[in-house]
Amino acid sequence: MTILLVILALAAGTYATRLAGVLLHDRLVLPERLRHLLPIAATTLLAALVATAVFTEAGRLAVGVARPLGVLAGAVLAWRRAPFVVVVVAAAGTAALLRLAGLP
Amino acid sequence: MASGLPAWAPLLMSVLVFAGGSQFLAVALMTGNPFAAVLGGMLINARHLPFGLALGGALGTSRFARFAGAHVVIDESTAFALAEPDPARRGRTFWAVGVAIFVTWNIGTVIGVLLGGAVGDPAAYGLDAAFPAGLLALLLPSLRDRATRAAALAGSLIAVVATPLLPAGLPVLAALLGVVAAVLLPTPAPAGEKADDVVQGGRPA
Repeated sequence: MTILLVILALAAGTYATRLAGVLLHDRLVLPERLRHLLPIAATTLLAALVATAVFTEAGRLAVGVARPLGVLAGAVLAWRRAPFVVVVVAAAGTAALLRLAGLP
Repeated sequence: MASGLPAWAPLLMSVLVFAGGSQFLAVALMTGNPFAAVLGGMLINARHLPFGLALGGALGTSRFARFAGAHVVIDESTAFALAEPDPARRGRTFWAVGVAIFVTWNIGTVIGVLLGGAVGDPAAYGLDAAFPAGLLALLLPSLRDRATRAAALAGSLIAVVATPLLPAGLPVLAALLGVVAAVLLPTPAPAGEKADDVVQGGRPA
């Protein structure tokens, strides 16, 4: 019962958050300068997700090198305009190979 | 299930909550501290509000589009949509990615529940590098803009430094402070937003 309640509460709260953003976009009258910052804010949040996914683990700074180097390989390929799938596979493959070689 | 939850719990959560990080946190905390599971999950998911603000019209104008589309406002659909400069294609991209990931994410959860620990350690396949690399690839076009790049770099630094200090979810929200960096930079000509770096005076790509 607790499990069901937790899931329903989290689902309702999460959906409300998402809907609030979408509906506020229609209602909110912002000066152009502030409106210009909205995509910047979203990109900043996504960049922070990338950074924490690369450099942290379970609430701590991560010490491994395989993941950062894998992501770096993917980033270089993306920079060279490689297709998205190539970027993702190369990042995973590089990290996997480095771990196979014994790197953390 | 390693967590000792009934099989329907992760399945129901994947369909209704549909946000990875908060689902893992909720599974970990659900039986021990249900309030922390809900509040912690909401904290991790708070970033979806600014996502919705930024996406705006990409969902479509109809009532149905906005209420149904809100459920597939996730990291990936936001990143793919924002990487698309053309407004018409931005909407199609948002929906295509949102629906595709909703389907695959839930199929993946079913497979995960069926296989349990049999899959082994995802890190051995380098899967932990795949998500950030893919997301970064999507952000690269936006990062060509000088102000965006400054905000993203500052925000990333803040989030990483804050991770050992703050509960899950807050470090990424704290990254919003990085937007100040974009405000402090002298504003480039707004008309040239999608123009080449050279025009904006940025470093060449």
